[in-house]
Amino acid sequence: MDLRDLYQDIILDHARRPRNFGGLADPSHLAHGHNPLCGDRVTVFMKIDGDRISAVSFEGRGCAISTASASLMTEILTGLSLAQAEAVFAAFHARVTTGETIEVAPELEDAAERLEPLTGVRTFPARVKCATLAWHAFDAALKAGVLGETVKTE
Amino acid sequence: MNASVDVGTAFDARALRREFPIFARNPGLVFLDTAASAQKPRAVIEGLADYYSSDYANVHRGVYGLSARSTDRFELARHNVAAFLNAAGDSEIVFVRGATEGINLVAQSWGGTFLRAGDQVVISALEHHSNIVPWQFLRDRIGIELVVAPIGETGGLDLDAFERLLNERTKLVSMTHVANVTGHILPVRDVVRLAHAKGAKVLLDGCQALPRIPVDVRDLDCDFYVFSGHKLYGPTGIGGLYAKRAILDSMPPWQGGGDMIQTVTFERSTYAPPPARFEAGTPDISGAIGLDLALGFIESIGRDEIFAHEAALTEYAIQRLAVIPGLRVIGAGARRIGVVSFTLDGVHPHDLATVLDTHGVAVRAGHHCAQPLMDHLGLDATTRASFGVYSDESDVDALVSAVQAARHMFGV
Repeated sequence: MDLRDLYQDIILDHARRPRNFGGLADPSHLAHGHNPLCGDRVTVFMKIDGDRISAVSFEGRGCAISTASASLMTEILTGLSLAQAEAVFAAFHARVTTGETIEVAPELEDAAERLEPLTGVRTFPARVKCATLAWHAFDAALKAGVLGETVKTE
Repeated sequence: MNASVDVGTAFDARALRREFPIFARNPGLVFLDTAASAQKPRAVIEGLADYYSSDYANVHRGVYGLSARSTDRFELARHNVAAFLNAAGDSEIVFVRGATEGINLVAQSWGGTFLRAGDQVVISALEHHSNIVPWQFLRDRIGIELVVAPIGETGGLDLDAFERLLNERTKLVSMTHVANVTGHILPVRDVVRLAHAKGAKVLLDGCQALPRIPVDVRDLDCDFYVFSGHKLYGPTGIGGLYAKRAILDSMPPWQGGGDMIQTVTFERSTYAPPPARFEAGTPDISGAIGLDLALGFIESIGRDEIFAHEAALTEYAIQRLAVIPGLRVIGAGARRIGVVSFTLDGVHPHDLATVLDTHGVAVRAGHHCAQPLMDHLGLDATTRASFGVYSDESDVDALVSAVQAARHMFGV
């Protein structure tokens, strides 16, 4: 296994300078993610207008992988419809856990492509949860439809 | 020419490493996670195979010779554990699955019998979850109070603050002997003296101490001492609870079954004296024998020699690590042994552990089953290096090189 498969430049960049870091003033959806195994914590804030995610941000403390994954996620999800966001998550989750590639609609191919650097965690089984933590929080926020859901991965 | 081998006084970790097959099978392995579990020497691995091949049968039951032989070996293991701890007698040693089970046994049997609502159990801020949660169970069940003795600025137990916490309601002090996160050697002699002055009993968790420090329970005068065999170069699934005989005699059984009884009718049962009273069911016979083999291995090296080796290696590790920019060694008071926890600015412990792993360096990263201590220190996680008899300066050097590689990679 090559470390550079895991810590690609894009990952290190997002880990050092996470995008959309901080809370939203008036989130419609919010969820906490916690990985008790390593102590990583993330809170995902979303503003959903009708069927569309108009803003996503996150706060938290974690390793480079979880921070970069959360940061990339906020960029990618912003502007997507709820169905599109779920499709991107499903495809990403399959890639990092089973290695399976799920076809996404043509307009989402770019999003899936941008997440490809994170799929290096597949060869580091202890680190897969790091890459999925923020996404599980996003998913929980969406499904619960209320503020303050906590999801744990371990 | 004199053919005798002069073992000399120099500690030869390199030679000892050859006694551990894991290193031959994993060339280049830099194993710095002995505090989680120690590797196993040939004496244990092969000795267990020999026991299964030569003497195995259930114990305390058979009239036949093989069972008697197996029982003799099992009880010899108990005798050797008692001698290793300098207990007053073999019956003061109860075999358990490990320190965790030992503490749960004391909490449920002794605590459940002798503690009342409002009584206090004092632990330290350095405790492993295994010495926190069993007392919370008891708190929730019968209303005892759990009191936490703080650590001082340098990371050692604050003995003055501890003394101030003690009062007539203090019934038990339950503390680790060596802290698993920091390696701090607690002033257990003072802890026992101060606790006894208030009439409180003392339980010491010897998981990290017993593999590294000569321990004499009668000299310490502790009332309970628990340990895990797998951290002592023995098998998993076996450990010991030492308790003073008079205390064990006063304690009711905690699990029912075979071996722990005198007579059983459908109406009532009477119980065997200690230690059998606390060992329901077929015990981990081979575990006990493996533990005995491990203690023999430790004795063959010398416990004072192991202590001196680990103290020197810990000191060397701190010297090498502390000069790395951005690296902070977690304080461990005045005396420490065997364990060094640290953080590195700009690199999360899990990222660091992954980088170290690709350099063949096995460390633990996380909260080390001591989340309350992490909260107290204001940390989510640390990276922890810990040593064993097979560790030497080359392991520390490899760790330092790998940490430097991580700094380079993360640009810190």
